[in-house]
Amino acid sequence: MLSSIGNILVILVLTLSFLIIYNASLDIKFSSQSIKKNIYKLSLFQTTFTVLSFFTLIIGFVISDFSLINVYENSHTAKPFFYKVAGTWGNHEGSLLLWVNILVIFSYLFLVFNHIHDKKFRLYTLIVQNILILGFLFFLLLNSNPFNSIYPIPLEGLGLNPILQDPALAIHPPLLYVGFVGCSIFFSAAMASLLSGYGGKIFAQSIKTWVKISWCFQTLGIIVGSIWAYYELGWGGFWFWDPVENASLLPWFAITALMHSLIVLEKRNTLYSWVIILCLLTFILSVTGTFLVRSGILNSVHTFASDPSRGIYILLFLSLMIFSSLIIFFTKYKKETYNFNLKSRETFILVNNWFMAFFLLTVLIGMLYPIFLDVLTNVKISVGPPFFNIVIIPLVVPFLFFMAIGPKFGWVKSRNKFFYKFFFLILGAVIINILIFYFFGKYSFLSNLIFIAAIFLILQSCIDVKKIINNKNKFELPRVISHLGFGLLVFFIGVNYQFSLEEDFNLKVGEIKKINNYEVNFQDIKIKDNKNYKAVIGIFKLTNFKNNLVQYLEPEIRIYSNPETLTYEAAIKTKITSDLYLTMSNVSRSDYYNIKFQNKPFMICIWISALMISLGGFVQLTLKKNED
Amino acid sequence: MKISISKIIIFIFIIFSLFIFWQGLKKNNSYDTKSLIGSRISNFELIEINNDDQYISEKDLKKNKFTLINFFASWCSPCRAEHKYLLNLSGKNKKIKIIGINFKDKKKNANNFLKELGNPYNFVGRDLKGRNSILFGIYGIPESILVDNNLIIIKKIVGPIDETQYDEILQLIK
Repeated sequence: MLSSIGNILVILVLTLSFLIIYNASLDIKFSSQSIKKNIYKLSLFQTTFTVLSFFTLIIGFVISDFSLINVYENSHTAKPFFYKVAGTWGNHEGSLLLWVNILVIFSYLFLVFNHIHDKKFRLYTLIVQNILILGFLFFLLLNSNPFNSIYPIPLEGLGLNPILQDPALAIHPPLLYVGFVGCSIFFSAAMASLLSGYGGKIFAQSIKTWVKISWCFQTLGIIVGSIWAYYELGWGGFWFWDPVENASLLPWFAITALMHSLIVLEKRNTLYSWVIILCLLTFILSVTGTFLVRSGILNSVHTFASDPSRGIYILLFLSLMIFSSLIIFFTKYKKETYNFNLKSRETFILVNNWFMAFFLLTVLIGMLYPIFLDVLTNVKISVGPPFFNIVIIPLVVPFLFFMAIGPKFGWVKSRNKFFYKFFFLILGAVIINILIFYFFGKYSFLSNLIFIAAIFLILQSCIDVKKIINNKNKFELPRVISHLGFGLLVFFIGVNYQFSLEEDFNLKVGEIKKINNYEVNFQDIKIKDNKNYKAVIGIFKLTNFKNNLVQYLEPEIRIYSNPETLTYEAAIKTKITSDLYLTMSNVSRSDYYNIKFQNKPFMICIWISALMISLGGFVQLTLKKNED
Repeated sequence: MKISISKIIIFIFIIFSLFIFWQGLKKNNSYDTKSLIGSRISNFELIEINNDDQYISEKDLKKNKFTLINFFASWCSPCRAEHKYLLNLSGKNKKIKIIGINFKDKKKNANNFLKELGNPYNFVGRDLKGRNSILFGIYGIPESILVDNNLIIIKKIVGPIDETQYDEILQLIK
């Protein structure tokens, strides 16, 4: 029943896509100023049906309708309601439907909210976007249909991988999808701009809100993924330079560069071609990432059972996208002359773009090189943290400096008046760094530089905050929040890296272990039955002799029944200054448990500063509204 | 569209990348080793964990009716969970020999691990840097490979061995 409803809805959406493309191509030739009413109507219907199809799938998961293969494979009646819903996008087919939903919704919103812009430009955007929608709909129907049915109907489902049953992971995919798939709309707009000749300043105005929305959600999505890895995987880290994490960073670098260049295009009406390249690149990189992860070329928790035919389809689609966009770009490309003064804001924004391009290339090479090597020579290597740390970290130092200095320059040309201010701030940063170095411990020369640069950016941003409060000039606020967030992020990651404590040992109930100024006392063990798992909970009394603080930590071993899996839940006590982190795992045929104890300074501050970066973007979006 | 060298280079680079991706798909599951079932192990040589002069190779494996190659590490919690099944296998069944490959571990920790939990292995090889394990297509541990006396892989278990898989192994070596 749900299977037929879902299929009918998807086919309706497909038909509407064709109708929209047909009607829009007819309407382009008309010289009237406004777009025909029926195109709006078709687009609205399309959005409604897409959303309905997604709801149909959610209902399938909620009522555990195992006649849908997708529900049977990824759900179970004993799953809590929340995870039944989240299971909808916790698998390949369901997430593809979500993908189509975002394409369609953005297509409609762009059509409605950009009414002040050129008709031809809007219609071309609509056409390109609907071609993308068609591509993904065919993929969905032919290869990955979430509404395929199964007969006889199974009595029980196979269940969702327990490590995916986590609140952070339930919201991580939708955030990332809005972020990555949202890029499709300015991909389409860039193509439309090339086709219709509607470029320059006004083009920047038409896409800037959409770029910001995508940027905010991408940033937030990546952070939530990282938080999940920290709390759920129990490895005690938050970024591993894993190929899949890298795949998510590539579009992020491109979109961050785009967001900055767009300001130059809007204010100075230059850099048009570069902005177009970045628009195209961001979405192409998003699809490339999806391809690499979904086809199973890169392996990780994100690889839902891999399937070669799936890979070939996305690859074909990707090739079409790249070649058509390149050919259109080169045909329409006009040479621009740039006339930038060295001491102007636009020069510094370009500097930001060089850094972003450099980071992007580094990560791209680190990600692609092993794949190339494997295919060409059969040699398997993995490029890990050492490579990225060596190449990227030294560049972060000048990057932080430019981030602090750049926004202080005015457009077109500025005078030298504030160099002495920078000098005092750098001096301040050096002094703070020396104090940290002297009182808390030694670290390398490079770390010193990183700390100085980060503190400099933080100080500069704090001064900016004060200025904003005095002048009530709120339009600088989003930038300051994001830049301050980034400075703090680098600073806290540095501190965390330098001053972490980690210890691995075995204990049984009643035993005590001393580590530095901590005492771990394994007091008791209890067993608890939950709806979809059984938990073995250890009770640990942790005493800190430095401040005579006693805390209780309760790490768990969870035994899930469907599918039968063991997971280890870390007990984490979070304070502003540090996280105490304790995991335990059972040792068979023995009363001993293996304990991993970590004291990680400023973890919560890392999350807060990362969230600040994306908060800056959200603040800007709300400011934009008030301005209108 | 005017043709220039830079454009040609861009196109060549993109075509090359897409070609590599396509080839990569054919090699698909280069890390998903389920496709290895039925294939033969070759160039097999392992050095004993505590003794550099002692090693094991293909010839030794041919003498066993069945060999279970198990990848483990002291730092890996699920390895502890599967350990009792390995001990059961080694105790009960004479047809099967178990080889442990210690993966990205410290020698001291690995020895303590075996001292503490018991040693089910007829031979413990070392792979301190994880290089050999990559050749076996291991991407996470624990993993186990069951081979017969012709060195053909007949079963591959990704993740810890549990009750069902334990029974399956017993069925296969009957």
